[in-house]
Amino acid sequence: MAVVTIREALNQALREEMQRDENVFLMGEEVAEYQGAYKVTKGLLQELGAKRVIDTPITELGFAGLGVGAAMVGLRPIVEFMTFNFSILATDQIINSAAKMLYMSGGQFNIPIVFRGPGGSAYQVSSQHSQALESWFAYFPGLKVVMPSTPADAKGLLKASIRDDDPVIFIEQERMYGIKGEVSDDPDFVIPLGVADIKREGTDATIVARSLMVPVALKAADVLQKEGVSCEVIDPRTIRPLDIETIIKSVKKTNRVVIAEESHPFCGVAAEIGSEINERAFDYLDAPVKRVSGADVPMPYAKNLEDLAVPTVDQIVAAVREVAYLE
Amino acid sequence: MSAEETSATGVMDQESPETDAATNAAPAQTTGELKAAQKSRLAELDRETLIDIYHQMLLARRFEEKAAEAYSGGKIGGFCHLYIGQEAVAIGAISAIRRDDYVLTSYREHAHAIAKGMSPESVMAELFGKATGCSKGKGGSMHMFDKEFGFLGGHAIVGGQIPLATGVAFASKYKGTDQVTLCFFGEAAVNQGAFHESLNMAQLWKVPCIYICENNQYGMGTSLERAMSSHDISQKSCAYDIAAEFVDGMDVLAVREATLRAVERARKDYLPTLLEVRTYRFMGHSMSDPGNYRTRAEIERHQERDPIKLFSASLKEEGVLSDSEFQEIEAQVKEQVEKAVKFAEESPLPDPKELYTDVYASPINTQRD
Repeated sequence: MAVVTIREALNQALREEMQRDENVFLMGEEVAEYQGAYKVTKGLLQELGAKRVIDTPITELGFAGLGVGAAMVGLRPIVEFMTFNFSILATDQIINSAAKMLYMSGGQFNIPIVFRGPGGSAYQVSSQHSQALESWFAYFPGLKVVMPSTPADAKGLLKASIRDDDPVIFIEQERMYGIKGEVSDDPDFVIPLGVADIKREGTDATIVARSLMVPVALKAADVLQKEGVSCEVIDPRTIRPLDIETIIKSVKKTNRVVIAEESHPFCGVAAEIGSEINERAFDYLDAPVKRVSGADVPMPYAKNLEDLAVPTVDQIVAAVREVAYLE
Repeated sequence: MSAEETSATGVMDQESPETDAATNAAPAQTTGELKAAQKSRLAELDRETLIDIYHQMLLARRFEEKAAEAYSGGKIGGFCHLYIGQEAVAIGAISAIRRDDYVLTSYREHAHAIAKGMSPESVMAELFGKATGCSKGKGGSMHMFDKEFGFLGGHAIVGGQIPLATGVAFASKYKGTDQVTLCFFGEAAVNQGAFHESLNMAQLWKVPCIYICENNQYGMGTSLERAMSSHDISQKSCAYDIAAEFVDGMDVLAVREATLRAVERARKDYLPTLLEVRTYRFMGHSMSDPGNYRTRAEIERHQERDPIKLFSASLKEEGVLSDSEFQEIEAQVKEQVEKAVKFAEESPLPDPKELYTDVYASPINTQRD
C-alpha cells in the first residue's frame, strides 16, 4: 500500500495492464510525447514504446472508430479522450459501432475497448469544456459506464475495465486527479465492475453520490453527524450496470434518500436511480426521493456563477434535512 | 509497386474520366473500349478463376432478384438495398484477396457477403430474420457478419465502416500479419468526416487498408453533382498523399486487377490505397425508392454496360464458355438460390430468449437478491 493521487493510480493501472497483455495499446491526443494533457499517461511511451502508446491527430471520430475496428479482431485498445467533451464527436462510433456490434453480429464480435478521460466540471473553462455526459452513455445497452471517486477505485476499476470484454466508458473527474489515498500495489488488484461501495455507513439517511459528489457528500455527512443525523454514503462506482440492490438495501434501512450529482437533472442518472427506488422501495420511504443536481444551464465561466452551478456541501446538507423533516 | 514510385501527389495510374461523374455522365470508356480491355485481361487468367468470377456475379444477381421478390411478398422486412448493376465491384475486388483477409462494407452488402464465401443460405436466412441467419436474425439486411469468413459487416451509418476498417487493418500491422482489409463504401460516404479522418490516419500510420469507393453516382436520390463540390473522387487522395486509381466498375477484371495492385502494396509495405470504382445501381436506393430522380433512359444507357452481360459476352467470344456451359452455370445458380430461399423459409424464428442475449460478452448480474 502506498499513498498516491488518482492521477498516479490511473497511471499504474495503465502500465500494469499494458505490461500484462501486449494486445492492450493506448491511443489519444498527446498521450505519448507530451506525456498526457493531464499527465495520466506520464512515462508510458518511454517504458512501452511508440507501438503501444500512440499520439493521434485531433480526429476523435476517426480514432474512436479505429479503436473499435482493432477491437473487432482481437486487440484491446484504450482510447483516451483529452476530455470527454471531445467524445461527443466520436459518439457515432461509440454508440453505433462499439455498443451494438456484439448484438447485431449475433454474438460474433465483442468489443473489448476502454474509452477514458476526464469529464464533469473543471475550473472556469466554460460550457464546452465542463460537462457531465454519463447519462448519455449509460442510456445505451452494450456499454458499461464507470466513474471512480478515490485512487484505489480508480486503479482497481480501470484494471477491471481493461480486462473486461465489453466497451467501457471510464470517466475520470477532471477536478479530482490530485486527490490522494492508499492504493494496493498488487498487480492483480482489481475491483469488479457493477459493485457499489458504501463509502460511509449510517442509519438515518442515504446519500447516493458518484464521482466528484462523493467527497462532497462525505463532508455533508460529517456536518450532519454533528447535528446527530447519521448518513450512509453510497458510491455506485459503475453507472451501468448499476448496483441498485446495494442502494435499495440502504434505503430500506434509512428510509430516506438524497441523490447527488454534478450533471444536469433532466433525464439524468439520479432521475433513473430515483425511479428505481420508487419502483422497488416505495413503501419504505418516509419522504420523497430528493435529487441535488448541477444547475440546468450550460456551465458559465465567471467563478461566482460556476460555483453556483456545481452542487455544494450546503446543498446536500439542506437536502438531507429536508427528507429528514428537520427544516 | 510501392508508394515511393508514385507521383509527388501520391496519385498513381490516374485516368481522369472524360466528363463529370454525375447523372448524365458519359462512361469512363466506351463499351467497345471496355470489351477490348476486358478481353486482354481475360487472356491472362486461368479458366477456373474466370468461371468462378462469372458464377459469383450471376449468383449475386439472381440472389438479389429473388430477395426483391421475397421482399415484395412480405417475407423480408425493413430496408433492402439491392446491389444489382454493381456486382463487378464486390466480386472483382474480393476475388483478389485471400480467405483470411477482411471485408467491411455498407448496408448494400449481400453480394460482398456471398463473394467473401458466406453461404447464400445464411445470408437469405438473415434477410428473412431467422435464427439460422449469419447474424442470428439480429442484424438483417444491413448487418451481415461472419467471423469465419472475415466478413466484418454490414454497417448502416454512411461512412461508419471506414474508421472501423482502418482499425482492422491497423490491427493486422500491429500483430505483424500480412492480412489486408477491403473497405467498401458509396461515393456519398466521401462527404463524411469519417472518410477524411480515416484516410489521413491510414497514410500517416501506413495501414494495409484498401478503400474502395463504389461510385454509383447517387447518394439515395441525390446525384453526385448535387452533393460534391469536386467530382473526381480518386483525386481526393492527393489531400492525404495516398495511392489511388480510377477504375471502370463495369469491368470485373479491371476491378480485380486494380485491387491486386493495391493488395500487393498493402501486404508488402502496409500501404493503403484509394480506388474509385465507377459503377451504377440499376435498382432504387432501397426497395421503397420510387426512383423519380433519374430517367428511364439514363438507367437503360447504363444497363447497356451491364457488368454481367459484358463479362459473359467476353467469355463467350473468347471461347472460355460454351452456350451449354452458360446454361449449366445458370441452372446451378438457380438451384443455389432456390435452396437458400427454402432454407430461409423453413428455418425457425429466433427464440424469444434471444432478445436479451449478445448485449454483453461479459454480462454483470447486479440482481443479487
